[in-house]
Amino acid sequence: MEYFLIIISAIFVNNIVLAQFLGVCPFLGVSNKLSTATGMSGAVCFVITLATVVTYLINQYLLVPFGLDKFMQTIVFILVIAALVQTVEIVLKKISPSLYQALGIFLPLITTNCAVLGVAINVVTKEFSFGGGAAHMMGLGEATVYALATSLGYGLAMILFAGMREHLAANEVPKAFKGLPIAMITVGIMAMAFLGFSGIV
Amino acid sequence: MAAKSNLVNMALCLTAICLVCSALLAGVYAVTAEPIEQAARKALVAAISKVLPEGGEISDAKTAEFGGQKYEYYESSRDGQPLGWAVKTSTIGFGGPLTLLAGITPDGQVYAVEVLSHSETPGLGAKCTSDQRFISQFRGFDTRSKQLKVRKDGGDLDAITASTITSRAYALAVSNAAELVATLQKDKEE
Amino acid sequence: MANKLSLITKGLVKENPTFVLVLGMCPTLATTTSAVNGLEMGLATMFVLILSNIVISLIAPVVPDKVHIPAYIVVIATFVTLLQLLMQAFTPDVYATLGLFIPLIVVNCIVLGRAEAFASKNSVGDSALDGIGIGIGFTLTLTVIGIVREILGSGSIFGWKFIAGDGILAFVMAPGAFLVLGYLMVLFNKLAKK
Repeated sequence: MEYFLIIISAIFVNNIVLAQFLGVCPFLGVSNKLSTATGMSGAVCFVITLATVVTYLINQYLLVPFGLDKFMQTIVFILVIAALVQTVEIVLKKISPSLYQALGIFLPLITTNCAVLGVAINVVTKEFSFGGGAAHMMGLGEATVYALATSLGYGLAMILFAGMREHLAANEVPKAFKGLPIAMITVGIMAMAFLGFSGIV
Repeated sequence: MAAKSNLVNMALCLTAICLVCSALLAGVYAVTAEPIEQAARKALVAAISKVLPEGGEISDAKTAEFGGQKYEYYESSRDGQPLGWAVKTSTIGFGGPLTLLAGITPDGQVYAVEVLSHSETPGLGAKCTSDQRFISQFRGFDTRSKQLKVRKDGGDLDAITASTITSRAYALAVSNAAELVATLQKDKEE
Repeated sequence: MANKLSLITKGLVKENPTFVLVLGMCPTLATTTSAVNGLEMGLATMFVLILSNIVISLIAPVVPDKVHIPAYIVVIATFVTLLQLLMQAFTPDVYATLGLFIPLIVVNCIVLGRAEAFASKNSVGDSALDGIGIGIGFTLTLTVIGIVREILGSGSIFGWKFIAGDGILAFVMAPGAFLVLGYLMVLFNKLAKK
């Protein structure tokens, strides 16, 4: 039940792009076409989940025992994410060229996607509570589910938005609104729709 | 422009940068650790002195368990007589955990309440830190004769407009603190 | 001299980080719920931007080409952590408000972007000026967005209330951030074209 609440909350109520403003740059950057948006979403899902698990373990078993979590967290996390992205790229190239074809070009972009670092830092520094339980730091299981659900929320928002942008591109918009401004306003309206989910968890 | 890369200078360069950076940060951390702790303590002391009557001597942090939850609290006393208790109490608001410091006097009245941290919606639930009409209801609230609940739930509190969930969580947190203090007092008498 | 001055002023219009380069969207949207918050976030980013620009322009000639990105990231992350520690020690309230978005300056594309595009190829002095220029541009933009959202959402400017009661709440919440930024972009496009 708790996991179910985490999933609903992370995908709809606290959607990472539309409510938490994380990962907005790539969200705007690669949502021109549905196909690229789908590819990017897949890559982000994979990296966020993996990075959260790895940084969680590193924080728990390396940084905290040595008292380094107060001042080395940011550096270590960003380096781990960068290294992880590189490794994933190399491994993917070797074992699944077809998947690499689909996700490969998005991987280097993900290092500087603040959604990845944001989720990783949030999980180890913030107390969470779901469904009226007491506020607590997340365990590994919860953190994994949370990261996966959050990245699914990212994918959902991105794919929905890409669908709309394809339609927008085919329509006449005033000159000053062309491109990003109208996209931004569209996201605003989407965010308003997602506000409707608040309060259900 | 940049130096040519080979394995040796790449490894050397990164190691050197990492070493210098971590040394720098360790140094700064050592220097700022004290002020950071002081700032946190100052914030806590300031909050405690706001929720309790003036002139008492404030004890170190104590812990107690109540209703399956652990609480941290501070006792203020003068000449061995308790002036009140400041209880750190946490419930779930609309956007996440809502942590308050509630000051309760020995006669079961709420002295004052301070919000320590919250993640409520700006402009709605977040008004629990600023809405005087809501906050002032708690001052001198007699928990023995009145109900620490919003009117919708049959209590004696007006909720913040359009933020019933936050108001409920706030009231519940204060009510938990009051009950904890009541049991503490009972334990002492026995 | 005019050249040096243009290093600073270009961040305001020609290379405005938000409206023209469209970088660093996350803090731009998330922390501009009020004018003061926007201003503080802008200053925090400027601090990191200037220092990392200076150090990166110093080390760029000796950093091997293939590892320059990780090396720059470490430098930036160091200054971000430095800022985190200083803020926790001396301005804990501000740190609590901006929260997660302080460590996230590390992945703010503006900072790494300037390191790559400018600081690694220019002198220390010019890089510092570039950091100041882009920093001021970012700070001003964030403050303007903050002002607009605060006026519409809370009916106040820099905390000074000019109407009793509430503003239009949606502007303080997430949708308002996107809408205000969208319309400001339109306005900027219109004005910059002239």
